Amino acid sequence: MDFYDIIFYLFAVITLASAFVVVTTRNIIYSAFSLLFTFFGVAGIYVLLGADFIAVVQIMVYVGGILILLLFGVMLTNKITTVEIRTGTANVLPASIAVGILAGSIVTVMMWTDWKSKPGEIPITTTKALGSLLINDYVLIFELLGILLLIALIGAASIARREKE
Amino acid sequence: MYQYLYDLTGSGILSAFIVASFPLVNVLIVVVVGVYLERKVSAHMQDRLGPMRTGWHGSLQLIADFIKLLQKEDISSKDTDKFLFNLAPVLVFTAAFAAYATIPFSSKLIGSEAEVGIFYIIAISGIVVVSILMAGWSANNKYSLLGAMRSVAQIISYEIPTALVVLSIVMLTGTLSLGKMSEMQTAYFWNWNILGGAGFGFTKFLLIPFMVVGFIIIYISTLAETNRTPFDIPEAESELVAGYFTEYCGMKYAMFMLSEYGNMFAVSAIISILFFGGYQSPFGYFGNSLNAHWMIPYEQAFWFLLKSWIFILVQMWLRWTLPRLRVDQLMTVCWKYLIPYAILNLIIIGIISLL
Repeated sequence: MDFYDIIFYLFAVITLASAFVVVTTRNIIYSAFSLLFTFFGVAGIYVLLGADFIAVVQIMVYVGGILILLLFGVMLTNKITTVEIRTGTANVLPASIAVGILAGSIVTVMMWTDWKSKPGEIPITTTKALGSLLINDYVLIFELLGILLLIALIGAASIARREKE
Repeated sequence: MYQYLYDLTGSGILSAFIVASFPLVNVLIVVVVGVYLERKVSAHMQDRLGPMRTGWHGSLQLIADFIKLLQKEDISSKDTDKFLFNLAPVLVFTAAFAAYATIPFSSKLIGSEAEVGIFYIIAISGIVVVSILMAGWSANNKYSLLGAMRSVAQIISYEIPTALVVLSIVMLTGTLSLGKMSEMQTAYFWNWNILGGAGFGFTKFLLIPFMVVGFIIIYISTLAETNRTPFDIPEAESELVAGYFTEYCGMKYAMFMLSEYGNMFAVSAIISILFFGGYQSPFGYFGNSLNAHWMIPYEQAFWFLLKSWIFILVQMWLRWTLPRLRVDQLMTVCWKYLIPYAILNLIIIGIISLL
């Protein structure tokens, strides 16, 4: 087994184990904190795939942004107020059927597809290629996404600022 | 360095570990020297002598403190969340140390030459934020929680002006890699980014004032990101005991100190790379003039450490000069002054670099 294989399995185990903790633990704070390791493991797998920029964006957006927002939300409601927020399971049967069908179809597609594989070339960096693609070929989508995010930001600010009558 | 060790040992894993151990040793030295200097600087600024009893001018004080920390009993109160409480100090130090991966100490000693360099460092500080929240919440103490909340609010606010100034440097140099940024500012000090970067022409002179503004903005905001005075409301002694690490003692407390001083050195190193040429000497190298090229990497390491230490000393100087800001003043400084100026600076530098 190659050194990189060991690293890959390490990241895979981190991702899967922490994701398992996220859904199974009863304590919602534990769920939120184990998401950190899930995101980290996914970022590690991105690095192994040669997508360095995406890996850093993964940590930046999910850990630096979303996870902290989530933790703030959970912490300000859990323990400080008397309401104890707990995760629970509901609708076990329909959920397991739906997940089973989804997982089964993904596995079948994966098995049946005739993958065309060739030895991978690890790119030195993806930053420059990504940047020129975003600004040249997909500039309209890029700008539209920017406007969408701006609208969401302004909407959030105006909802938060609304004063009580 | 990595290549040399790889040729020597023939093992990629072993040489990677050896290369990674250099920044770790550096962090330990920064803590030992930094804590001692902090005491001495504060003492001399207040017309005192500081530690004088242990060793020459108190130079053994740190060893005594360290032994004291090691043999402290590990106390945690009953209602702490044991698992997260123990995990948080490890995580905070890991994240602080991870930032060293892409910092070039000299042209030969650099952990990873990843192209994403500075972007990676900005991203990895998000993990520090999460672990601070973890420490504050798991201690089950209102001072800890309040300190953690303040600290996180402060760090994520001041990340924005930092990132904007970094972005303006990235636009100017066209690379995210810290190694390449240092490489571009080679030769003499007038090639440093603070003086308009390498290359001659009138754009260089046009850039100088905006570079100085960018430097001041990033210095203030990184000062806030490391929770140093005048931005130390997360650990304001008179209100919050010690902020998010109130409940910690012994080695776990020492981990927080390690990460704080590690962060101080890291941000000083980043500022010296972005604006002051990183490991480049201001006056050329002895190795070139004496025709001994093996000397150059050592000289580069010397200049890098010297520049970083100068910025650490300025941080200490500010700490013992300025009073602490209030929370609202802190947010006003960030959102109403630093961010608009940083955006304006970014646009102007972008226009100038297009000329």
